[in-house]
Amino acid sequence: MRPVYIAGTGMTAVAEHWTRTALSLARDAAHLALQQSTINRIDGVYVANGSGAPLGLHQNIAPAVAHALDLHGVEAISFESAGAAGGLAIRHAATAVAAGVADAILVVGVEKVSDFLDEHREESMALTSDTDWESLHGVTLTAQWAMLMRKYMHDYAVTPHDFAPFPVNAHANAVANKLALYRFAISADKLAGAGMIADPLSLLDSATMADGAAAVIISATPASAAPPVRISGSGVASAPVALHERTDLLDLSAVRLSSQRALHAAGIPANHIQAFDLHDPHGIAAVLAFEAMGYAARGTGTQLGSSNAIRPDGSVPVALSGGCKARGDLFGALGVYQIAELTAQLRHTAANQVPNCQHAMAQSMAGIANTVVTHILSRD
Amino acid sequence: MEHARMELARHWRHRHARYRLQGSRHTTTGAIAFPPRDGSEWEPTLLSGQGTVVTYTVIHQPPLGHHGEVPYVLAIVALAEGPMITAQLSDCRANEVQIGMPVEMVTRLLGNEGDDGLLLYGYKFRPLLV
Repeated sequence: MRPVYIAGTGMTAVAEHWTRTALSLARDAAHLALQQSTINRIDGVYVANGSGAPLGLHQNIAPAVAHALDLHGVEAISFESAGAAGGLAIRHAATAVAAGVADAILVVGVEKVSDFLDEHREESMALTSDTDWESLHGVTLTAQWAMLMRKYMHDYAVTPHDFAPFPVNAHANAVANKLALYRFAISADKLAGAGMIADPLSLLDSATMADGAAAVIISATPASAAPPVRISGSGVASAPVALHERTDLLDLSAVRLSSQRALHAAGIPANHIQAFDLHDPHGIAAVLAFEAMGYAARGTGTQLGSSNAIRPDGSVPVALSGGCKARGDLFGALGVYQIAELTAQLRHTAANQVPNCQHAMAQSMAGIANTVVTHILSRD
Repeated sequence: MEHARMELARHWRHRHARYRLQGSRHTTTGAIAFPPRDGSEWEPTLLSGQGTVVTYTVIHQPPLGHHGEVPYVLAIVALAEGPMITAQLSDCRANEVQIGMPVEMVTRLLGNEGDDGLLLYGYKFRPLLV
């Protein structure tokens, strides 16, 4: 298998793009990525989009994106696996390039959700739960994270206040990210007074979905003036969709398995990762992910927040671009944003730069970690 | 315009599970499953409807179709026979709910599609009456 490089990246701002369509956002991000690269032939366009079909907006957007980029006749594939779509598109592009099936693939992640009210977005996201045995009863993804957080608080005697460092860190980091949805800091005190969405999850510990597009060129050669950054490992795992079918509710088993597979493929130990971007719409999501991956023992994950380990100068820096909470929740496009953002970390050009970053981890998921995809990026 | 999502056959096929909490029993191991399982190694079995609250949330921002119910309590319940089930809690105030609380199954209205649609009934759980 050949090494696989990131030959170019591009991102639009994460915002309510009232004047824009999904296609125009996708085109902007793709043009930025192509400008950054010396690639002169694109063999395929892989497009990740999780919300278009459930919101009734569009399905199979990939050929439309290829056409908008004047890449006529190119192989164009849509990835519509909800919140895992972006990560899966990256993985399959990397696999095709590594296998020699293609030399360069343009991966685009795009979401256009601001034309829809909250209740429509909640319903479309709830389709990633078990529709007959969960969604039917009024379940939302936020409600499911809230139930996990309630059990966690009960089992380990912690309070919502113990989760506050995660959204506080995300917002602090987003201030320096010009593309972030919310470029302002919040305090733990302000968080404590926020209204509830699904008790104990409040508005300020809940991510907002927004519009945006990111593009990454996956290539067999570095094809860029910037320092070469490789996708050194990748792993995907699954878990029962319905929470009630899991034997251990607080164990995100697919997070553990996908990260183990990605680290094994990269051939590096877990403690060599210097920057993380996780699927973290709420503090509890990051806490459970860090515990599943072994960066904290069961029941101690909130201490990564209270000890400042999650901050840019800590041992497990996370949400360096603002995370889902403050950069914005990009749903199916998240996995592509993550790769673009962490490529900047490894080129040492990020707004919140981790000193001498050599290895970074990106992780995104569908539903409550029923499909999880993890990538390791490395600088040679 | 709400989705026409309460299709008749889709709910009718689950009537035994929805109305009387019929699950499945493995003919060899005796394992109990809910939702019911397909396959020749599973046979129908009625569950008692008794259980305890494993965890819960109070939903203030609902998905489409559940506006009239807000705020409502959603829970994962461990059934006495072993399986866990996701359902709303009924006949109680949100501040009365606790993890470990004994509950029992009741049949309640789950959804109302409107004048031309279905009234969908099924299981919820309420605090155990003692």
